[in-house]
Amino acid sequence: MAAPDTIYGLFPGPAAAERGMNALRDAGVAREKIVVMSDEPFEEYEFTRTERNVTMYRLAACGGIVGGTLGFLLARYMQVAYRFPLITGGMPLVSPFPTGIVTYELTMLSAIVTTVITLLVTTSLPNWKPKVYDEEVSHGLVLIGVVDPPEGARADLESRLQRAGAAKIKGTGRFARN
Amino acid sequence: MAQKTPEQINDDLLRPLQATSLKYKLILAFFFAIVVAAGLAFAHQIDYGIGVAGIRRPVFWGFYITNFVFWIGLSHAGTLISAILRLCNATWRRPVTRCAEVITVFALSIGATFPVIHLGRPWLAFWLFPYPSERGIWPNVRSPLLWDFFAINTYLLGSVTFLLLPMIPDFALVRDRAMGFRKKIYSALSLGWTGTPKQWHRLETAMHIMAIAVIPVAVSVHSIVSWDFAMAPVPMWHSTIFAPYFVAGAIFSGIAALIIAMALLRKFLHLEEYLLPIHFENLGKLLLVMSLLWFYFVASERLTAWYGNEPSEMTVLLLTQRGSFSPLFWTMVFCNFLIPFPILAIKKFRTITGCVIASIGVVIGMWLERFLIIVPSLSRKYLPYAWVTAPYRPTWVELTITAGTFAAMVMLYMLFSKFIPIISVWELKAGQHPEAEGAVTGHKLPAGSEAGAD
Repeated sequence: MAAPDTIYGLFPGPAAAERGMNALRDAGVAREKIVVMSDEPFEEYEFTRTERNVTMYRLAACGGIVGGTLGFLLARYMQVAYRFPLITGGMPLVSPFPTGIVTYELTMLSAIVTTVITLLVTTSLPNWKPKVYDEEVSHGLVLIGVVDPPEGARADLESRLQRAGAAKIKGTGRFARN
Repeated sequence: MAQKTPEQINDDLLRPLQATSLKYKLILAFFFAIVVAAGLAFAHQIDYGIGVAGIRRPVFWGFYITNFVFWIGLSHAGTLISAILRLCNATWRRPVTRCAEVITVFALSIGATFPVIHLGRPWLAFWLFPYPSERGIWPNVRSPLLWDFFAINTYLLGSVTFLLLPMIPDFALVRDRAMGFRKKIYSALSLGWTGTPKQWHRLETAMHIMAIAVIPVAVSVHSIVSWDFAMAPVPMWHSTIFAPYFVAGAIFSGIAALIIAMALLRKFLHLEEYLLPIHFENLGKLLLVMSLLWFYFVASERLTAWYGNEPSEMTVLLLTQRGSFSPLFWTMVFCNFLIPFPILAIKKFRTITGCVIASIGVVIGMWLERFLIIVPSLSRKYLPYAWVTAPYRPTWVELTITAGTFAAMVMLYMLFSKFIPIISVWELKAGQHPEAEGAVTGHKLPAGSEAGAD
């Protein structure tokens, strides 16, 4: 798949990246068109602000409930599915304490697995060929850019990113530089 | 740690991945040879049968189950400690967590092999799996061994994911510096990580959930291992104190293993600027607390047995304290309490060297503790006709396999630190952030908004 048309600046630190983000917002770029990448989380800065994902907690809890139910059914089935009747001396065939242990372990296992699946799905991982990426991000630069900017806005956006302190200006798609 | 630039941190922590010295290869070959020897000993056992081990009626659990309990205990070093420190938001944890989590994964994997080695007919291990067999029978849910199966597998999977998730950004870091085949491998491992705000937020949220989930799992694992013993009517085993006693002992040995591992990493990977004396001092304080707790549990258990004066329990109690096992028992007390307590209680001695000496003592002492829980009790069960006439002695097969697991641990740890940054690079960098400078130009995105088209 061809890379999307993107203009981005590589900023030497989070403070400069913050200025870059604000410069793009001043230019009227919609939030959803701005792309941000960094090699570490800068949660203290506004430019990385994203919604808190309470869904992950809820999904983990739901996964736990589903896993616990399956665990209970499995543990119960293992005790009643014998081809011959078990002699338990009047004790219940389904023993509560061991059933509880299996149920508990599978509850936690499912919560963990659900969390991992949620993480991968919501972040679109794996995605071995990301559309926009620059290896200089992992050398400490922060990427702030615009996806699909209008053709006429190129010079203005580049100039704003430059003034905000971008160390380099680059592009992909039709904005790629040789 | 002196404030370092992100690029310096990258260089320091990725350096061990880039060059391999001859010394490293020789040490690795040495431990690999021991692992191979253990593999051959196991093959010999499969060929000749479990009789080549020293376990005889009534001591059916010997070195293998001792090692099983010891390694499962040691696995509490990492994920549990790391999860607790994460939830407490202890900032000093950052260089320590991955070193610890790796111990969990490898120790748990090694520990989980021992029930299979102990089986005698290891090719029938799949009978533990709950599957509809043609025989129409299922694993016995009432058996603590089946609880082990579920608990250990849950903990192993949880620990592996707890270790792997924060490694994804570091894989991306290595990917962007690697060339050729290594680049392909790290590209695959990084899953295409780009570091968008959404990815960072989701990762941190996932780690928070995992930390919450993994703590009760870790506690349950060693509780269930203790119930392998406590559910059996064997003198000195059938005790209500066993679950917390085992969990405390597991954390105790785990912290000791972590201190030793960190000291070795610090020396051999030249991480002196990252693994600081304060890390050892903090872990030393934890070790001191656990040493006191361990002593309290041992004293409580023994006092109750002694005061009860129940003949079968007294037989085992006296066998360990005054009888043929007394040298091992008092060595255990010496290693677990008398060495670490003064070293760790006196600030002047709570140095890196002091912590390592105390930790080596604890690891030896905790292995002896596991041995002393198992063998003396089985040697003197309730009916005297079943008492052993010849004491349990491990054979060369058991000794070789035991040595092989220790070598395997070191070897796996060495290999891991060669291919993956042993300190989480992004977490370390995040820990260095000064307070946010605020909005530079006065513009702020509204809270709760998404900044990134990804």
